[in-house]
Amino acid sequence: MARANSRLLKTNTSDGDRMSDTTNSGPMLAADGTPLKTSLARALRRQKLRALMLIAPLLAFVVLTFVVPIGSMLFRSVENQIVSGTLPETVEALDAWHGQDDTLPDETVFQALFFDLFRAAEAKEHTKLGSRLNYERTGLSSMFRTTGRGIDDIGEVFQDWLEDADPAFKDGITWYEMLSGTGGEDLIQERRALWANMVGEGFAGDIGFTLSGEIAALLPQTAAAYSDWAIYTAVADEDVVSEEDPWEAVYAALALDLARPETAFALTSYTGVGARPLANAIAALPSLPQIDFRAAFIEENDGWGNIENWQTIKIYSPDYTTGYFLNAIDMEKGLEGVNARPENQQLYIKLFVRTMIMSLIITGSCIFLGYPVAWLLANLPVRSANVLMILVLLPFWTSLLVRTSAWKVLLQQQGVINDILVWLGFVDDANRLILMNNSTGTIIAMTHILLPFMILPLYSVMKTIPPSYLRAAKSLGATNWTAFWRVYFPQSVPGIGAGSILVFILAIGYYITPEIVGGTDGVFISNRIAYHISSSLNWGLAAALGSILLALVLALYWLYDRIVGIDNVKLGG
Amino acid sequence: MAQSLKLTLQRPSLWGFTAPLTAAVSAAFGYIAGTSFGNPLVGIVAGAVIGAVLAALLHPMAEKRMMARLGVIAIFFAAGLFATNLGGGIAAGLVGAVLSWFVFWIDTGDYRKGVPIYYTGGQTLWHNSFVFICGLIFFFLIAPLFPVMWLSFNAQDFFTFTPEMLAFDPEGYSLKHYRDFLTTDEWMQPLKNSLIIAPIATVISVSLGTLAAIGLSQSHVPGRQTIMAVLISPMIVPLIISATGMFFFYAPLGNWLELTLGLNKSFVGYVKVILAHAVLGVPFVIITVTATLVGFDRSLTRAAANMGANPVTTFFRVQMPLILPGVISGGLFAFITSFDEVVVVLFVGSAQQQTLPWQMFTGLREQISPTILAAATILVTISILLLTTVELLRRRSERLRGLSPS
Repeated sequence: MARANSRLLKTNTSDGDRMSDTTNSGPMLAADGTPLKTSLARALRRQKLRALMLIAPLLAFVVLTFVVPIGSMLFRSVENQIVSGTLPETVEALDAWHGQDDTLPDETVFQALFFDLFRAAEAKEHTKLGSRLNYERTGLSSMFRTTGRGIDDIGEVFQDWLEDADPAFKDGITWYEMLSGTGGEDLIQERRALWANMVGEGFAGDIGFTLSGEIAALLPQTAAAYSDWAIYTAVADEDVVSEEDPWEAVYAALALDLARPETAFALTSYTGVGARPLANAIAALPSLPQIDFRAAFIEENDGWGNIENWQTIKIYSPDYTTGYFLNAIDMEKGLEGVNARPENQQLYIKLFVRTMIMSLIITGSCIFLGYPVAWLLANLPVRSANVLMILVLLPFWTSLLVRTSAWKVLLQQQGVINDILVWLGFVDDANRLILMNNSTGTIIAMTHILLPFMILPLYSVMKTIPPSYLRAAKSLGATNWTAFWRVYFPQSVPGIGAGSILVFILAIGYYITPEIVGGTDGVFISNRIAYHISSSLNWGLAAALGSILLALVLALYWLYDRIVGIDNVKLGG
Repeated sequence: MAQSLKLTLQRPSLWGFTAPLTAAVSAAFGYIAGTSFGNPLVGIVAGAVIGAVLAALLHPMAEKRMMARLGVIAIFFAAGLFATNLGGGIAAGLVGAVLSWFVFWIDTGDYRKGVPIYYTGGQTLWHNSFVFICGLIFFFLIAPLFPVMWLSFNAQDFFTFTPEMLAFDPEGYSLKHYRDFLTTDEWMQPLKNSLIIAPIATVISVSLGTLAAIGLSQSHVPGRQTIMAVLISPMIVPLIISATGMFFFYAPLGNWLELTLGLNKSFVGYVKVILAHAVLGVPFVIITVTATLVGFDRSLTRAAANMGANPVTTFFRVQMPLILPGVISGGLFAFITSFDEVVVVLFVGSAQQQTLPWQMFTGLREQISPTILAAATILVTISILLLTTVELLRRRSERLRGLSPS
């Protein structure tokens, strides 16, 4: 800036020759011969750039460590990839099922569910899905857990059958040789992606197995199931694929493949590796146990026969859901649309309303207590005002935990206030006042904690009101009250506005104080958010509640900006 | 009007004004004392009589005010000590101090000092009641801290006053909670963590924040409003929301740091908490430093440049000394933000990063030991020190910038 100026200065003084030049012929030139306009624009651009470069590190830091986390919270509140990630083929198969009439999904859905759930159970992901769906419908968690435990049994039937048909199937190497080959790389990639989606890791790396394209075309389900097993064995268990025996789902897949008439027909012309065991299995087809996955699942857990459980799975199968937000406002998603939750499960609207009402009460009491004090501070001589200001600033600077513990000491049933009241005889020893673990405690403690945030903006506004206005009003015949109400008060309203919005914003997001002195009646929505984060682990709902609260605060913030302006935020008087 | 004018010129009448008022105030104290002995009525009557007598005795002694008051306090103290114990003596001495002050305040007409001479009696009463109410509000602001400090010396493991404490019996007091605080790992480890996390977070937010504030104070900054809004946002967004967002984002970030870069788990935990705290401190630095820069005279930097200083020298030799008070008080705000923060560390940190407020929070929730009160007292002392520093810096800054000295 300084350098640019000196150069411009030079244009006007020292460089006389060029100066006269420029005055004669068109645009004025700077010292280096460029037109003055360009030179100025360049200087301005450089100045802007320098300012931005100074700001950039902090801006990048804040964006990365604060804005992105907030964004990730917003994303979490709609994200719902767990259902389609864990049960990808079931979700696809469910597309055809509408769940309107009272029929359960058909056999194909249950078959897809078997393979999906088998993989999930091996990777221990089915319990996570169970807990997720349990938020929407109780009982689903245990349904997934028990079924995951017993799912091997469903496949074992087919394993026994195949091993009876040809003992070669007992041996892992038979499978390995039969399915090895080239041409099936695409399918392997596809199955890898499914695993990665479900477990959330890359699932990259060599698996020591390449799939035969020919077999993949002949026995598609077997190829898919075996690939799943091979990828998991090699990557997650870190075993050698050729040495291990496949899990039951692969047997079940082969049984399903063989049971299709066209497979049996196609296999007659197959001469590759494993043609003999396959031929033996075809021969044993008449003894194949009946394939009824639906019945098998219902036997494992009769929840699978309940149509409402299936409806829940279908409703929450898309990758993104409004379900968390609906839960956060006491609604729930049905197949036909949105319904209100049953009366006894409604909680959040009440909590939001309570948070708002209590924040309003706290703001009100802060105005009520803060206004006289701010008035006194603004009208005292500066020296005594500064001394009194310390009494406001000391609590402001004192740790929040200290003030909260102070109120816990004061408000308990055996606490200082009750002791004094009993001693004075106002309260009977047997009927001590319950000042804590209810909304009274929260309101008293939070009013105390937030009062400095009201006094400081009020004080800075009142400081600017000339005292002569009041005197003028009185000399014109106004009573004290009229002079205050008609002259002073209107001028102090911006201070009240600023303080109120500040206190209100702080109050609706408070967590620590309500948690300690609020009990169950005095807690805010933020306590519920913390509960979902740390205890119930329903993170999506916590994110949705947080997003709603954030929207509320941003609206208030916008209002604050309109009334006071962000630049006018002052700290510590 | 004329009548009130006359009132200020001469002392108010003893039996018509001073004595009844003193008797009323004294009766209130008498009621309290009477209740503690089980007989409020006698207390009220005795209090009223004592008040009236006191007013009559002190009335002629206005010239030797200090002497008279000390005498009253001594008599009350002795009476209290004789009737009960040391605690009662101190309480009675305080009552004596208040009563004797009240008598002289009324009797010498001092109660009209704060109001213009033309005020009527009613207006004077209103003014004094108003000041009294403000006094109560100040009491409300500051008083809750005292029981905490007092109780931290409790010899018992209770959150309540014992009779020994009230009697100022040395047996009722002990420093054992402080000893607990200073010797057990349960408290020293959190203190250590706090003292690691807060200073580092402060350094990050102060260095980045000061640079950015200087950038923001340039005359042409594109999108200043938006940038300012983004930088201030950590202060505006409620902590619980910041904490939730950070919980979702920092967990995978930590995993990534551990798995990809192979960093130590505990180190990553500290990094996460420090980053989170640093960003929470940024708005305070921005606000205080920008406020200092508002009054900054730009011609100073130009003068420096004119004399051949390069921008870096100009910054350190001219600009920095002038904005230093703002930078330091911004740093103190950032420090206290981190030092006092519990929600974010609760969500982002693990048990190894447990800070002092976290430990206090757990203690308060489960109500374990009054060691919390010792910790609280230590924290109050720290905040008094910080407040003094900030206040001194603010005055220095005003003096440097040539604003009106206050």
